[in-house]
Amino acid sequence: MSTQFKSLALMGAVAAALGAVTTTSVSAQAMEKCYGVSLAGENGCAAGPGTTCAGSSTIDYQGNAWTLVPAGTCAEIELPDGRMGESEASLEADGYIGLARDLPDDLAEDVLAQYRDVSMMDEMMEEEEMDS
Amino acid sequence: MYDLAQDNRLPHFAGIGYKPQHFQSLISAPGAVRWLEIHAENYMGDGGRPLAQLRALADRFPISVHGVGLSIGGEGPLDPDHLARLKHLCDWLNPASFSEHLAWSTHGDTYLNDLLPLPYTEATLTRVCAHIDEVQEALSRPMLLENPSTYLAFAESTMDEVTFLSEIAKRTGCGLLLDVNNVFVSATNQTWDPVAYIDAFPLAQVGEIHLGGHDEDEDEHGAPLLIDSHGREVVDPVWALYAHTIARGGAKPTLIEWDNNVPDFPVLEAEAARADAILQPAQV
Amino acid sequence: MQQSDFTAAILDPNAPVPPGLLDPEGRPAGKRFNVYRNNLAASLTDALETGFPVLARLLGADSFKTLSLIFSRAHPPTSRALSQYGAAMPAFLEGFEPLAAYPYLADIARLELAIRRSYHAADADPLNAAGMDPATLMEQTPVLAPATQIVASPYPIHGIWRRNTQPDAPKPQPVAETVMITRPEFDPIPHLLPAGGATFAGALDGRTTIALALERSIEATPGIDLAPLLTLFLTSGALTFQKGPDQ
Repeated sequence: MSTQFKSLALMGAVAAALGAVTTTSVSAQAMEKCYGVSLAGENGCAAGPGTTCAGSSTIDYQGNAWTLVPAGTCAEIELPDGRMGESEASLEADGYIGLARDLPDDLAEDVLAQYRDVSMMDEMMEEEEMDS
Repeated sequence: MYDLAQDNRLPHFAGIGYKPQHFQSLISAPGAVRWLEIHAENYMGDGGRPLAQLRALADRFPISVHGVGLSIGGEGPLDPDHLARLKHLCDWLNPASFSEHLAWSTHGDTYLNDLLPLPYTEATLTRVCAHIDEVQEALSRPMLLENPSTYLAFAESTMDEVTFLSEIAKRTGCGLLLDVNNVFVSATNQTWDPVAYIDAFPLAQVGEIHLGGHDEDEDEHGAPLLIDSHGREVVDPVWALYAHTIARGGAKPTLIEWDNNVPDFPVLEAEAARADAILQPAQV
Repeated sequence: MQQSDFTAAILDPNAPVPPGLLDPEGRPAGKRFNVYRNNLAASLTDALETGFPVLARLLGADSFKTLSLIFSRAHPPTSRALSQYGAAMPAFLEGFEPLAAYPYLADIARLELAIRRSYHAADADPLNAAGMDPATLMEQTPVLAPATQIVASPYPIHGIWRRNTQPDAPKPQPVAETVMITRPEFDPIPHLLPAGGATFAGALDGRTTIALALERSIEATPGIDLAPLLTLFLTSGALTFQKGPDQ
């Protein structure tokens, strides 16, 4: 590419980009917005959920052949080389037994029950964020 | 000796633990809320919304900086980097008060994100006092030390908690932060008499009071086990213990702590107003 | 009782409760000790869920809880500020056999960590090009603002992020994507960075002019479309000027 052509291309691009720039100022509301307030974990001095049982459960994933099978939106993501992430359904078709059945009994019950309240709270917060 | 009038600029009214979702309410209609407390570790970033909000709030309210991660009760030395970050925050904000916990949370490089208990012995007393001296020197201000919620006892303890805290205040000149809910929780869990605890407590050294909600559970023997969850209203027996404390010690800056299942602002404000009503007859 | 024993027992649910910890009757503490185990586990899994919302959506709530518990025991915090917790997550996911079928998860974790860094980064006045003539702009020597973060991936991380945070976002296409996060006010915004954008950003060191940085981008990326690239950098608050030592 010749130097002259390069400069022309540059000038055109710069002019176009400058055309898109408008004068903006930081809005007064930005600081008060609630979105993002919980973008990171916060330190606190409250105690957790009691004596049952997330912290006292064991998960022996290394010794076991269990696979952590996502139940979220993982399965729909297509990888650049054309593979799909494996869905629980496709794994089960291959004879895989699902996550809950493959963990120690106390974990599946305790961990999941333990956090039911928390996940409900998060859903509520998400809804509030969408609303605001 | 900690001098309430000189060392603590919190008003002798109710305040709340600050949650970002209450920012607008606090700016527009704070009601009974006269001051705010923040957890120091949440304001150690370089900029952005947390610090901008804090700066705006500090223009309107006295702020109490409450540390949760210094590990004053730790066996190891205080983390100089963390102490430097605290100093940076206090220098920037010039808060009305700084407080921390009688607890530990760090061992080696591991931060356990909880307020862990320590035995009350001559050895731990010496260590805690040395750490408090170090903090007060680094921050160039006296601090308040808070009594913990505890769930178990140590076989090796040789003194009770009130004696331990009183001795720390005497030796270091620090003030005390009396968490009345923690007294109730620990007294239930340890089968102490909560009123006797308050009556023995050096109330003249108390620069701030905490009130919060707890959860009820039980241990494997069916004994009651209260958990300091900060997730609901202050219960009536704790209000009664608080009223007893104020009647005995006079009006003190009083914080409503609500950290889990955080309610809408009016619910918190109502708790603050309830504390104010108890403080009212004791105001001088 | 040593605090090292207490620490080890909190982190290992199979470990016995350290001796010398008692209930009010003088019996071994047992279940009372689990309060401390649970405080740690619950607070850390909560912090991870707050810090990695897209990862949590991708895995589903239950699988994410399980992952969080495994991760938090393997990598308890080393910083006392929980806002930084989870920095080890990308490397952990890369070595975590049970999720080997989802190789993009580590880069999603990198993206979410970068969003957090952006949120807490120092404030900076953005380069304001409004009213500037092209020749003047070309001679400017800006730097990336502290809140500007770039994450490159062989996977469609911007599409995956958008699909899991915005209603009606399209399904991600199977392509490599680079994301530039900027923070015009207080909320970080992940943008898809056009081809050549990373070269342009990398060239801006406070001494290099915009003109020279653009020329380097052209050399590195044949077929580069300069106008949208520069528009993004000028309108998103990505750039600022380096402060002198006396400022």
